[in-house]
Amino acid sequence: MLIKQLSVFIENKEGRLERVTQVLKDRNINIASFSLADTAEYGMLRMIVSDPDECRRALKEEGFSAKLTDVIAVKIPQRPGTLHKVLKVLYDANLSVEYMYTLATAGRDTSIIMKISDLSKALEILKQSGYELCTAREAYEINNIENK
Amino acid sequence: MIWNETKECMSRDDILNLQSARLKKTVSRVYHNVEFYRKKMQQLGLEPSDIKGIEDLDKLPFTTKEDLRDNYPFGLFAVPQSEIVRIHASSGTTGKATVVGYTRRDIEIWQECVTRVLAMAGVGTNDKIQVAYGYGLFTGGLGLHYGAENLGATVIPMSTGNTQRLITMMEDFEATAIACTPSYLLHIAEVLEEVGKIDKIKLKAAICGAEPWTENMRKEIEAKLKLNAYDIYGLSEILGPGVAADCDAHDGLHVYEDHFIPEIVNPETLAPCKEGEVGELVITTITKEALPLFRYRTKDLTSITYEPCKCGRTLARISKFKGRSDDMLIIRGVNVFPSQVEAALLEMGEASPHYVLIVDRVNNLDVLEIQVEVEERFFSDEIRMLESLTKKISHVLQSALGLAVKVTLVEPKTIARSEGKAKRIIDRRKLI
Repeated sequence: MLIKQLSVFIENKEGRLERVTQVLKDRNINIASFSLADTAEYGMLRMIVSDPDECRRALKEEGFSAKLTDVIAVKIPQRPGTLHKVLKVLYDANLSVEYMYTLATAGRDTSIIMKISDLSKALEILKQSGYELCTAREAYEINNIENK
Repeated sequence: MIWNETKECMSRDDILNLQSARLKKTVSRVYHNVEFYRKKMQQLGLEPSDIKGIEDLDKLPFTTKEDLRDNYPFGLFAVPQSEIVRIHASSGTTGKATVVGYTRRDIEIWQECVTRVLAMAGVGTNDKIQVAYGYGLFTGGLGLHYGAENLGATVIPMSTGNTQRLITMMEDFEATAIACTPSYLLHIAEVLEEVGKIDKIKLKAAICGAEPWTENMRKEIEAKLKLNAYDIYGLSEILGPGVAADCDAHDGLHVYEDHFIPEIVNPETLAPCKEGEVGELVITTITKEALPLFRYRTKDLTSITYEPCKCGRTLARISKFKGRSDDMLIIRGVNVFPSQVEAALLEMGEASPHYVLIVDRVNNLDVLEIQVEVEERFFSDEIRMLESLTKKISHVLQSALGLAVKVTLVEPKTIARSEGKAKRIIDRRKLI
């Protein structure tokens, strides 16, 4: 149920983001989803990719600080109020969300990628409340599956 | 005006005779009162009687900042503590301060020197001078303060940190002189322009120092503020501001040779340089009571001339400074050594020892930025963790250096590695 997210430190300098995508393209690695957080001096690129371990190795080789982090992807229906509902479940359980973004999908349901303060507790609470989580394979290959 | 014509316009022979007499007395006093120098002289087989005059100066040992540090805090003082009336301190290479002390007589001599500088800049009893150097352990504020009071000028002790208030008082009190760092004065000029008051102020003289500046910067200050700007030099180890300063001729800084003997040496070989040749300035104090120093290596690079000046003074002149023979940076009057940064980072244990110091001048104020590589072991996917890391580094460095520091995280291996000595400093301040 845990998904490996790849986080990359990117300086606010021309061409750095392009360098990352070049590395991925050269190794035929697909980006299933990403978010880019920016500060005044640097950016943080967080990605769900088709092959996280290989991708990390390749980026390290290119001199990037890249790190794998465990996150979860919660499936929720595309309807008003559903995001609120899942956040309320987490809030009521005293869990905080470090960051989150959507997992790209072409389907009707969507998945929210979350980094949560206490991961094992979150897994338990979400399961109790009847939420379904993406498997790692589903997350890494989500668009590839849709395309087939 | 020339404040002390007897001392500032002596013949070269009289200067040398006075220096010889004072040097002999100093050597004998230091030999008997300072164990550090006694041992050094004994190692060299020197007796106080071997120093018969200024021609024997080069027999004496050199003194360095490290010697002051090794004898921290009061080890080189030549008088009992009961005779010390004031302490000043500046930052040293390892975070330990360089401590200096003054007797009542030392303070009087310091006042006299600063008074000469101010008189040379045309300041008199009818002037109101804003002292905008930091007051406190730093010698700038109090040094100028007492010199201006001794002169009889009206002192407005502004200190630093509130430009708005400084400008208000400059206008309301009709201040006619200011003492501050040259970069701060340029900043003040810009603020005056912004608020449309640049033509309303009455400043006629500025006494600037505590950081290196160029002839072009002086001209810019003079053109913007319509005043005369003078260069004042000093270092706390020797006195504080007032060791040397320039006159209306702006053709070198007059050294007060009745109190200090300047020498210029090759920083590598320590051999004496010829008149006019650039080398390291070395100073011997000949009237200081609390902290007399033999041949103190200032690390400041300059040249010297003994030609009489157009202004009528016969005192030797050192040229505007060409740089330093070590890697010390002077940022907003604060001494910064890259080794201090390294020691602080390593002590923290969280930051990479790969860093670079970038000194820049933004709106005429010096800013220090430290770029540190984000190594994998402390890289986090959470921005708040990275932010707390930069805050922590910034805090640690600020307390080590005594200076606000901007910390920027950069990608690993982006800071250039070099084969020999790492390039740790990028000084973007353009002293043009």
